[in-house]
Amino acid sequence: MELRGYRVPMAFSLLVWFALWEVIGRLELVSLIPPFTDVLLAFREVVPTADFVEAATITLQAFVIGMALSFVLGFGVGFAMGRNRAVGSLMGMWVNIFESSPLTAIVPALMALLGFGLPTMIATVFLFSVWVIALDTQVGVERVSSSLVEMARSFGASKRALYFQILLRAALPELLAGIRLGLIRGMKGVVIGQLLIAVVGVGYLFELYSRSFLMPQFWALLIVLFTFAFLASEAVAYFERKVSFYASSR
Amino acid sequence: MTNRTSPTSEPTMSDGVRDPGGPAVRVVDLAKVFAGGVRALDGVTFDIPRGELTSIIGPSGCGKTTTLKIIAGLVDATSGLVEVDGTPVTEPGPDRAFVFQDFALMPWATVLRNAAFGLELRGVPRKEREETAREYVVKVGLAGFEDAYPHQLSGGMRQRVGLARALAVDAEILLMDEPFASVDEQIRRKFQEDLLRLLSEENKTVIFVTHSIEEAVYVSDQIVIMTRAPSQVSKVVRPGVDRSGGSDHIRRSPAYLDWVERIWAELQGYLET
Repeated sequence: MELRGYRVPMAFSLLVWFALWEVIGRLELVSLIPPFTDVLLAFREVVPTADFVEAATITLQAFVIGMALSFVLGFGVGFAMGRNRAVGSLMGMWVNIFESSPLTAIVPALMALLGFGLPTMIATVFLFSVWVIALDTQVGVERVSSSLVEMARSFGASKRALYFQILLRAALPELLAGIRLGLIRGMKGVVIGQLLIAVVGVGYLFELYSRSFLMPQFWALLIVLFTFAFLASEAVAYFERKVSFYASSR
Repeated sequence: MTNRTSPTSEPTMSDGVRDPGGPAVRVVDLAKVFAGGVRALDGVTFDIPRGELTSIIGPSGCGKTTTLKIIAGLVDATSGLVEVDGTPVTEPGPDRAFVFQDFALMPWATVLRNAAFGLELRGVPRKEREETAREYVVKVGLAGFEDAYPHQLSGGMRQRVGLARALAVDAEILLMDEPFASVDEQIRRKFQEDLLRLLSEENKTVIFVTHSIEEAVYVSDQIVIMTRAPSQVSKVVRPGVDRSGGSDHIRRSPAYLDWVERIWAELQGYLET
């Protein structure tokens, strides 16, 4: 970003927003928005509590297990769809339907089926994230140039070598995009799941804080989640930038 | 259109004994019908003499590349037979190396790793394969570019990497699919000369698909002229242009120009109008 010829670091835009937030908070216009400094103080209050640690633990647990399932199945289904036309047309429609459907609606059904605990949260993370991973994997595998595949075959590549040395490498830009989008959806999934369940994890805390009008605590928790999601997606984006140089020349 | 009655007749098998005196590759009554019913090849038969460069030329869409890929074992024939050293081809093998029209380089790998990739797939230890690859990278004229990436190279240089990769696996037969089609004209001439010089040192059997008559006459010992799809072999000719006088001399020699004219006359009949 540049202002009147001066290079301004991106963090500056955050500072501007925080200042604005502080002003609006101080004016006491909306009860929903406490001053930013109050939110910062609430961090000290929220983060060390047993409630928070427990919520974070169970949330992270559901997130990690759900994402692991999504990666395994998403990559598997995506590769199968990308390599095999029959599988692609058989599964493509369903994957697309689920990808674009409002999955929040089936969380209550999941609750009835799996209870109010970890299984439901894992299922929610999985259902939110697996489709985009499968679709991006499919696109990536389909975009691998056929002559690169023929090249590997002509030099005697085994099936294993073809998958690991050619397809996986060549599809990496799309695979990483799928991972990044999948992580973001998974985050949404775990929070939405917990909000609907309302008695566990971060969702319970959100419920508690908003019901008791503890707005600084509410915002502090939200910022923790934002930061986590942002760092996770930026970490993947870093690797995406590293491979982007060949995304256009495959 | 031709009216062959038995394009699916059983191929005649040779006795299967390795015969170093015989042709390196025999293509016998090859037919290819693509899914969807397009007949690309309809009884293509020719021999590729050992240690020579044979070009396959014909109107576009006539199945030159398909023929080459069947020889490579990358595409299955509908009927007919390809024999390499008397053995029927069913899949790619270490006796054949392919040079691709669009180079088919791995964009994430350096020139050296690309050139060594054929050896890598064969399980040659890293040090050994990089040594061999380095030698061929220098031979094709890319000394100093070992650590460059494909996107940093021009089209001509990329194809040199493709050539180095094919030479590095030391296959007896080199299959080149319009290797200079994506390379601009001036670079192409230089490349043709370099190729001929390299091949004279390497003693390979080369099958070279091209759509350029001049290129075919310039580089070939033998030229297989194909008809329009569904293709058959129209003629096999041996120009035998005297190459002793250097490239400028060759391109102006009456024999060269005469052959270009004769092949053009042969091909003209098959062009779409």
